[in-house]
Amino acid sequence: MALFFSYLLPGIPYGCAYALMAAGLVLTYRASGVFNLAFGAQAYVSALLFSIAVQHGWPVWAAFVMAVVLASPALGLAMERLLFRYTRTSGPLVKLVPALGLLIAIPSVTQMIIGTATRLPSPLVLQPWQVYFHIASTAVSGEELSTTVVTVVVVGALAVVMRSRAVGLRMRSVVESPRMAELAGVRADRTSAGAWALSSLFAGLAGVLLAPIYSQVSSSDFTALLVAAIAAAAIGGFESLPLTLAGGIGLGVAQELIAGYLPSGSILSSGLRPAFPFAVLAVALVARRTFRRGAARDPMASCDPPAPAFRPPARMTEVAVGSRVFSAVVASLLVAATLALVPGNWEFVFTFGIVLSIVFLSITLLTGMGGQISLCQATFAGAGALTAGQLAMHAVPIGLGILLGGVLAAALGAVVALPTLRLGGIAVGLLTLSFALLADNVLFLYPWSGNGASGLTVPRPQVGGVSFAGSSAFFWLALGFLVVLGVAVKLLQGGTTGRELAALRGSERAAAAVGIDVRRLRIVAFTLSAAIAGVGGALYGSLVQSISPNDFNYQFSLVYVVVVAAVGVYSVAGAVEAGVLYAVLMQLVSTMSGRFSSLLALIFGLAALTYVRHPEGVVAYGKSWVLDRAEQLTRHLQRGAGRPGGLATVGGRRRQHSGTGS
Amino acid sequence: MTGATAAVRSEAVAGPAPRRSGPLLELRDVEASYGPYRALFGVSFTVPEGSAVALVGSNGAGKSTVARVISGLVRASAGVVRYEGRDITRWPAWRIARAGVAHAPEGRSVFASLTVEENLLLAARALGGARVEGEALDRAFGEFGRLAEHRRQLAGTLSGGEQRMLSLAKAMVVAPRLLVVDEVSLGLAPAVVDEVFGLLRAIRRRGTSLLMVEQHLDQVLSMADRAVVLVRGRVAAEGEVADVQPAIARLLPARPARPEPEGVDPSAPQQPGGDPGWPEVE
Repeated sequence: MALFFSYLLPGIPYGCAYALMAAGLVLTYRASGVFNLAFGAQAYVSALLFSIAVQHGWPVWAAFVMAVVLASPALGLAMERLLFRYTRTSGPLVKLVPALGLLIAIPSVTQMIIGTATRLPSPLVLQPWQVYFHIASTAVSGEELSTTVVTVVVVGALAVVMRSRAVGLRMRSVVESPRMAELAGVRADRTSAGAWALSSLFAGLAGVLLAPIYSQVSSSDFTALLVAAIAAAAIGGFESLPLTLAGGIGLGVAQELIAGYLPSGSILSSGLRPAFPFAVLAVALVARRTFRRGAARDPMASCDPPAPAFRPPARMTEVAVGSRVFSAVVASLLVAATLALVPGNWEFVFTFGIVLSIVFLSITLLTGMGGQISLCQATFAGAGALTAGQLAMHAVPIGLGILLGGVLAAALGAVVALPTLRLGGIAVGLLTLSFALLADNVLFLYPWSGNGASGLTVPRPQVGGVSFAGSSAFFWLALGFLVVLGVAVKLLQGGTTGRELAALRGSERAAAAVGIDVRRLRIVAFTLSAAIAGVGGALYGSLVQSISPNDFNYQFSLVYVVVVAAVGVYSVAGAVEAGVLYAVLMQLVSTMSGRFSSLLALIFGLAALTYVRHPEGVVAYGKSWVLDRAEQLTRHLQRGAGRPGGLATVGGRRRQHSGTGS
Repeated sequence: MTGATAAVRSEAVAGPAPRRSGPLLELRDVEASYGPYRALFGVSFTVPEGSAVALVGSNGAGKSTVARVISGLVRASAGVVRYEGRDITRWPAWRIARAGVAHAPEGRSVFASLTVEENLLLAARALGGARVEGEALDRAFGEFGRLAEHRRQLAGTLSGGEQRMLSLAKAMVVAPRLLVVDEVSLGLAPAVVDEVFGLLRAIRRRGTSLLMVEQHLDQVLSMADRAVVLVRGRVAAEGEVADVQPAIARLLPARPARPEPEGVDPSAPQQPGGDPGWPEVE
């Protein structure tokens, strides 16, 4: 019994921190419909500010007020005012991408501005390491005690407030339709701003309370914490606070019990403990009715201007031809420069960009064309790479291994698609995220899969007498794969499947109503997308030749979605631009000092914030802007040359339907 | 009943007593767009105190946009909206609602995830305050007997007609000074349409002015005393119903009772493309 308690009790403070974060998540979700993944980043910022202030000799209470009571709600209010206020009537992808961008950007900004804190002293209420009493001969420290008490009190208070008809009703009405709530006299802006400030306070509190548990303040710790919190929130169905609290504490306790009772050192115990929250999350998502497809749409959505066109508008012939020629010239120059001019490391950069473009194509297909949110594309890429590596060890030619990597990833994609079939929007994203984390922490660690931290080697291919071992030869190989897959995706987009996917993206119910087998289509989309990602991942493995599962962890999945969404998720060109841009910027940033190592995340994180205004992507928007000007100029020149205004009228008419550029 | 209504109203209307000189509501040269698509091209008309005004026009004429501009859901890009003599053009929707302008939007405009009672309670509390909510709810359930039967049911699970009823009940729960109803009869059975118009007559007798966006011309013109005809975002005619009748007959021809000779359909739009769509912003 004493042993049992010695495992159980340390789990409670962990669980309380999960519950605290989860309560904040539920609050923002219920008040603004945003699943605030940036929550982990907010907790990180508060913990960092708190520890730095304490290190600089502030009294603890002052540091607490500054970091938790002032800074965190201020950050939350800024996020609501500048960003999420405009996503209230948008779809799940528009709500998710900026949150992901913030999750990635906020830690980089803080790191750049205030540096990193090494160790967190936190004598918040009670002395953290002092033992106050024993339960069944297990010591209870001040830190554990204060975490537990604070959590139960605060979450309980929140539950009471939400139960009250006034506040709870207002919040639920605002999340369903802010406009209709205003018609009923509710101040929608104030309600959602209040919810954001309050939930940010929770994030800050969780960050500061939890800091002593993790010896070093690292943003990835807080992301893992976030996932456990999501699992707790999912247990409560994103609705019930008491269930959320119970779920969070249960999770923390169960993790410690697993760690205690399973034989230590085995992969089962070291893998199961971190994987446990993700398994719970997956089960909760699939089991709870709240996450079923077909969430209510805002009946007042038609008050907003129509969404911008996803397809680029039809252009005047002169401009269309001109832009094609221009793109072709730029692309050829890049290829020629890679082969002839640039130094060796830049040749690697461009090859890497091309390989990355292939992985990004999988996001174009699944998210851009099909409207499905996947946060495990890097895992699919990893599956492809690891398959190629394993097969190479068993003397299978690597060229074949790359293709088989795609096949295995495709199978994995179909398997992942199955449990998501009943889910809609954000829940699909969360389920894929839990799969990615499962792969990171368990699946990829076995000798027969990713071989843990030591990883695998993937040779360069040799087909017949032609060797692709040289960097130029490999560049051509990667380019060949990109062209073939890019053309394939483009053909798919123009064909029946592409139109069905577009229908799926528009409205799943309407797609089903015109006779599309929505379930089959979703499986097909996931399978094809995973296959492309797998081939891309295998090529990446062959490019760098030595890989480990860590090259494909969930953070890459998040970053990939953010990068592609920021640059342009709706076109094949967008994927290629995103891949090359990412590789080039990464190389540029790597030449700077260490403080700017996270500049890349910051750039794309901030770019993702524009997704609310420009879902077509900043680069696509920029191109469209330039082409609009080019059309105006062409028309002007033609008028100057005394040609009749016929073309100009046609151009003007076209813009009427495009909906962009004004 | 009238006394109770007046008491409820006085809770909701704060601030100084309204000026009594001009019309209750006045739109002057109102323009509005949805992004690049322009819907209103300078709309002007008035709703006198105590009157019932019918706002008619074909699909895409901008009727719903006028209603949205009045209630603050869509901001006018030019022009002025005056209510009780005050310029409310830039007011947020909640402030307009609290000032006594209720808007029952078209479609199933109810909070699907709240119960019937919660839908009404939300509006009653925000508009009238906690002290009057019980009284306001009782009155609403008295008027809309059908809703009282489904008090604790989620509004999203009501039938389409019941949702329209709830939408109207929500707008009327704290008796407004001006009630803007958008296509109230849409999707309702004929008997229910009569019932709804009966409710509108009753609320008008209690002193609420009405602006009714409606396709159901017979019903709405029989109870309105003024009419405004919108054609492609502009006011084509405005005045007493009797004076406007000829213009309505000309601008909104009724469907012929008997099919015309083959190949000719007078109700078909003149342009080959069907719906003329939104005119473009220059």
